[in-house]
Amino acid sequence: MQTVTQIVALGISHRTAGLGLRERVAHRPEEAVRAALELREQRRVDQAVVVSTCNRTEIYAVSACPGREAHDALLEYLSLSRNVAVEELEPAVYRLSGGDAVRQLYRVAAGLDSLLLGESEILGQVRESYRQAAHSGVTGTILNRLFQSALEVGKRVRAETDLGARPMSAAAAAVKLAEQIFGKLSGHAALVAGAGMMGEQVAEQLRNREIGELVVLNRTRDRAEELARRVGGQAADWSALEQSLESPDIVVCSVALDQPLLHRAQMERVMERRRGRGVFLIDLGVPRNIEPEVSTLYNVYLYDQENLGRIVEENRQAREREVPRAEAIIGAQVEKFHTWMATAELAALLGGLRERLQFEREQFLAEHLGRMSHLSAEERRRVEAHTSEMLDRILNEPVERLLSPSEVSRTRHDVDLVRGVWSE
Amino acid sequence: MPSQFQIATLLIYAASLGLYLLFLRGSSDQMGRVASVCLLGGIALHYLMLLERARASASVPYHDLAGSLSLFGWLLAVTYFGLELFHGKRSVGAFVVPCVLAASLAGWATPAAQASTLPARGTLFALHVTANILAYAAFGIACVTSSIYLWQERALRARRPGPAFWRFPAMELLEGMSRTSVWAGVAASAVGLTLGFLWAQRVEGHFFSGDPKEIVSLVVLAGYGVYLRVSRNAAWRGARASVLCIANFGLVVFSFTVVNLYLSRYHRYF
Repeated sequence: MQTVTQIVALGISHRTAGLGLRERVAHRPEEAVRAALELREQRRVDQAVVVSTCNRTEIYAVSACPGREAHDALLEYLSLSRNVAVEELEPAVYRLSGGDAVRQLYRVAAGLDSLLLGESEILGQVRESYRQAAHSGVTGTILNRLFQSALEVGKRVRAETDLGARPMSAAAAAVKLAEQIFGKLSGHAALVAGAGMMGEQVAEQLRNREIGELVVLNRTRDRAEELARRVGGQAADWSALEQSLESPDIVVCSVALDQPLLHRAQMERVMERRRGRGVFLIDLGVPRNIEPEVSTLYNVYLYDQENLGRIVEENRQAREREVPRAEAIIGAQVEKFHTWMATAELAALLGGLRERLQFEREQFLAEHLGRMSHLSAEERRRVEAHTSEMLDRILNEPVERLLSPSEVSRTRHDVDLVRGVWSE
Repeated sequence: MPSQFQIATLLIYAASLGLYLLFLRGSSDQMGRVASVCLLGGIALHYLMLLERARASASVPYHDLAGSLSLFGWLLAVTYFGLELFHGKRSVGAFVVPCVLAASLAGWATPAAQASTLPARGTLFALHVTANILAYAAFGIACVTSSIYLWQERALRARRPGPAFWRFPAMELLEGMSRTSVWAGVAASAVGLTLGFLWAQRVEGHFFSGDPKEIVSLVVLAGYGVYLRVSRNAAWRGARASVLCIANFGLVVFSFTVVNLYLSRYHRYF
């Protein structure tokens, strides 16, 4: 008879462990694939995928062993392979089975379990982990289906909710605002004054959004050139600041100064030379680099750290409000996956049952036909055909009923029932 | 008593509006595509109704308020659909389709004139009226996009971009949509006016009779001409140009209502 297969997951994440422990169990992509291969080679599980990111390392596996045994096997492997004592890992790991393991992967793919709620990078990381594992042949029907559905769930949550729609950092919020003003940034120019960390973050965001032209200014020319090289822009002289303000649509200031860098009168002159063309000023300096009065000029939009921080906070709250909608999508998908798995398991179980009954029939015939020497070859063939037909008649209807779509909600119960009745 | 055609058209427009609103709320591309398909379905059904009406009166349905409003609603939907295809953005649909619904509903709620064959006024006259109503529709859409622009600009300036702010097209695109609509409106209006003057010359022997409608129409055309000129001007582009666009539409509404109903000698419902 078919054995019980179930999905198990064992993991460690930012919710359960500090960075120190997470670093020690983290897997590079090639290590994750090797771990999955070893888990299968060592017969600890039948199929496995290791998902390892900055904030988590999780092993998803299919095992024929009972949950506790399967989890222990995974924990032991993790301990041995990463050289971390089981006692140290034990309090930090979570063990999930069946629907809970499926839900966990769906939540991870949707960004619900991320440190930054709704972040989108995780979906790509899950996709890559699965792609590499599948390429190495360590996945089977169940994990293939599980990961494909998880990627689908991740996409659906992003498409149907606002969980990942709004920026969650000051730099991302600033660039998103720029896009709301100018549309695609490819035809626009930006100036970044200050090659510090904040300036660099915005410059990178602008580069990712394919800004048409990017100029970097810094009091130290070398640093400006270095940043310009990294973000594919060009460096300009600090002394040419006012002149440099004439063409860009986006100006980012993040310079450590005691006094404002841009004053209203100065910006008024710049706007005259720009013939009033609109400009978006992003002031990331503390103290502020741009005089607040600059924002009263026509077609000048000024945002500072405080304004951007408020947007980020509003966005965080908005993302949290979307969690129930995302959870509802996940809940429905977990149910769907559960049904698929139970149906597949039941079909395999019923196939095994049919094989077993056929075997019993053949044994029975071999036993009794041996004693019926008066039967001709033709009569023996007919007895065999009739018993085979009888078996089909007995089995066909209940099997069809069990596997019919209208009965799917019962399949989990049916799997256990059929297995219970026929197990030895 | 509304016909089954009217009910079906209203329902499909309403479905399109619902889907555009859902699209605006969730930004699901699929929802947006279905909204556009529904709008196209509404346009097709609405066209069949107008065709039926036109056949009954052997004329473009402009001889009564009911027909004019219905034609305006249809042209509004057609113009918006064209704009959506041209710019590839759907978020404005949630604001234009209510206007389509309102104009169509107002048209169908207004008692229609007796469906008798009208004195034939010729193709020139029919084109004159249709082109002018098309211009009103295009100006109406420009007013909607300019209003959204102003709302966006205020939210941005107040540094309080609420949830809706992120769902609309970029402000630069809204400006572009306003300009495209005004260009379409100005072209249609110029053609409509020219045809009207030609028709007047043919029938009455002179191009210009000094009718208030003629004067206001020329002022409207000039107003939008100024808008097109200054909306590219760096000192005016943005909020100021949008205010001008909305003010111009105020003049269009004045022309369509007060001038038509109380001042014009030759124009009634268009």
